Amino acid sequence: MSTETIEKIKQQIAENPIIVYMKGSPKLPSCGFSAQSAQVLMNCGEPFAYVDILQNPDIRAELPKYANWPTFPQLWVEGELIGGCDIMLEMFQQGELQTLIAETAAKYKDEEAESTDAE
Amino acid sequence: MKIQTQITDKLTSTFTPDVLDVINESHMHSGPAMESHFKVVIVSDAFNGKRLIGRHRLVNECLAKELAEDIHALAMHTYTPEEWVERKDSVPLSPNCLGGSKKA
Repeated sequence: MSTETIEKIKQQIAENPIIVYMKGSPKLPSCGFSAQSAQVLMNCGEPFAYVDILQNPDIRAELPKYANWPTFPQLWVEGELIGGCDIMLEMFQQGELQTLIAETAAKYKDEEAESTDAE
Repeated sequence: MKIQTQITDKLTSTFTPDVLDVINESHMHSGPAMESHFKVVIVSDAFNGKRLIGRHRLVNECLAKELAEDIHALAMHTYTPEEWVERKDSVPLSPNCLGGSKKA
């Protein structure tokens, strides 16, 4: 494994509480599964980060090994792999994804507010 | 052996499923491969008490060789027997491929 790439991935999932690794971008997805995933995430109504793995071949090569997950897209929340497209859709249909995303977004908004207060 | 048969055999022996449907969806996608995109529906006691990510990891492990060598996409719908009854046998549809990754 390339340690440089792994470090980059670790940093991305640490700095972005909600991040999706996908093919293409949410507005211009390059794969049906990535498109569906971005769509349900957008329907959750909170901002999220994304990495286009087609533009980042090193991440495309290393993340499946690091995550022990063979396919894309991959949704990571608070440094933990939640799953791929089927899991996101299934969680969305059960209302679980909305809750997870809303709670995570609220938590980090609070932290941002606190750090602003401290300044 | 056909990949579809291979997948069916492996999943059958690993999960002894109540319901197993291995569907070849390669026709919905761009590219020349005839056995590249699959959807599996599995209903098994092996999923009892496991979160979705845990279930999918089990299937990924079972099909690691096929995922590495043959399969481009694997849609997965994993249920326990109780969940299957609640769902009344309905499974979500997979999306059509947009073909973007083939051009890149």
